[in-house]
Amino acid sequence: MADRTNGRGKAGSWEPRIVGFLCYWCSYTGADGAGTARMKYAPNVDIVKVMCSGRIDPELITMAFSRGADGVMVLGCHIGDCHYVSGNHKTMVRMPLVRRLLSGLGIEPERFRHEWVSAAEGEKFSRLVTEMTEQVRALGPLNWPLRMRERGVGHGQDLHPWRGGEA
Amino acid sequence: MSGNGKLKVGMYWASSCGGCDISLLEIGTRLLDLVQIADVVFWPCAADFKYADVAGYPDGHLDACFYNGGVRNSEQEEVARLLRQKSRTLVAYGTCAGDGGIPALANLVTPEAIFKAAYHDNPSLDNAAGVEPQPEVETGVGTLRIPRFYPAVLRLGDVVEVDYVLPGCPPQADRVWEAIQALAGGAVPARNGEVRVGCADRTVCDECSREKRLLKIKQFRRHHMFRPEPGWCLLEQGVLCMGPATRSGCGAMCLKADMRCEGCYGPPAGVEDQGAAMAGALGGLVDAATEQQAQEIVDQIPDPLGSFYRFTMASSMMKGRR
Repeated sequence: MADRTNGRGKAGSWEPRIVGFLCYWCSYTGADGAGTARMKYAPNVDIVKVMCSGRIDPELITMAFSRGADGVMVLGCHIGDCHYVSGNHKTMVRMPLVRRLLSGLGIEPERFRHEWVSAAEGEKFSRLVTEMTEQVRALGPLNWPLRMRERGVGHGQDLHPWRGGEA
Repeated sequence: MSGNGKLKVGMYWASSCGGCDISLLEIGTRLLDLVQIADVVFWPCAADFKYADVAGYPDGHLDACFYNGGVRNSEQEEVARLLRQKSRTLVAYGTCAGDGGIPALANLVTPEAIFKAAYHDNPSLDNAAGVEPQPEVETGVGTLRIPRFYPAVLRLGDVVEVDYVLPGCPPQADRVWEAIQALAGGAVPARNGEVRVGCADRTVCDECSREKRLLKIKQFRRHHMFRPEPGWCLLEQGVLCMGPATRSGCGAMCLKADMRCEGCYGPPAGVEDQGAAMAGALGGLVDAATEQQAQEIVDQIPDPLGSFYRFTMASSMMKGRR
């Protein structure tokens, strides 16, 4: 975690790092449209393009947070618009569950956002990204790997500084 | 193996309930076969062995050691390191050693909250002086030490190299016996990087005989609210059965007794996060046409975090609450 700017902003400052899972057919095309139309939005979202929001296994979301994301966005086609007919119906059921799991784990609701963005909604995309970036910035870094290291759990065996000594 | 051609085996209990030790007895009359092929050289639950006895053994003295329970304090870690050194094959026996088990749900609260509940805020307590156990206490006769309480429950694999994981809460007797026979057969590689044995790679649904009618869930219900129809998939009837996110190998025993799968064999192969896998599985199983309906139906699950991660908080992606 040497570089807290995540390649953005001034050295020594912190910039939110947000992972955005975007469905290929609607939301990614919407994001593409925002770029083509040269709309300005915060550069803090790392976009992961997936073929359908129904492909977004909740494990990908917990993985993103557990590896250091400050926020996660899931964007898919509006209900009724799914290229695969019902992929986003699965998303629609999963995301309320994910929200409850995350809140139980002590992650603020503002760090997770699930929205529908159509291919024509570049403006909505740019607005959501900027909103999300600002609300995560207000919360500060999540720093999940560090927090878990402090509790002695995490990925890898060298992560337990408080262990050792006599029983 | 010793001069008499018998295996030397040990079993240890750490942060566990004792059920794993009992599950070894569940092999029944095969215990008599076990003592024909193996000498027990360490089993605190059943016989009076001291840690010093184990420390006196040469390295690699035990052919196999079954370590059950997670690692919650410094004593359990010290014994884990000792047994690793003295055992040719170290098996994480049961879900607590493999994935944290039920005790790892405590990773959802802080150690301070645990001490508050255990020593202060409890109607059955009489602790006016507010005494808490301390790792070290000076007394007239010298310093007394007790094990240090860790900030979280760890898997055995978090503190030492584990060769095999035998999951289950507790592991099912036939699987245990198969594992013992494999050890006795001598065809077991010693260092094998937490390979899961005594189980299969797929899900409990795969070996569950209940009928799937491909109906979706309209409402979540619990066992005290209705009588499930025998022979029909419990999940389709709205009971939160963890089958689709749970590793097979148990033979779907609970389902045969009309009880839901609670998820004790941990995640199936290829899945790291059992709770997330369950949230994923429910995505395709809930009968909702609108977002509001979806929200209403999943809100009927009282405690998704505790239910989905009941046995695997310590091996999940997130590991605990912040």
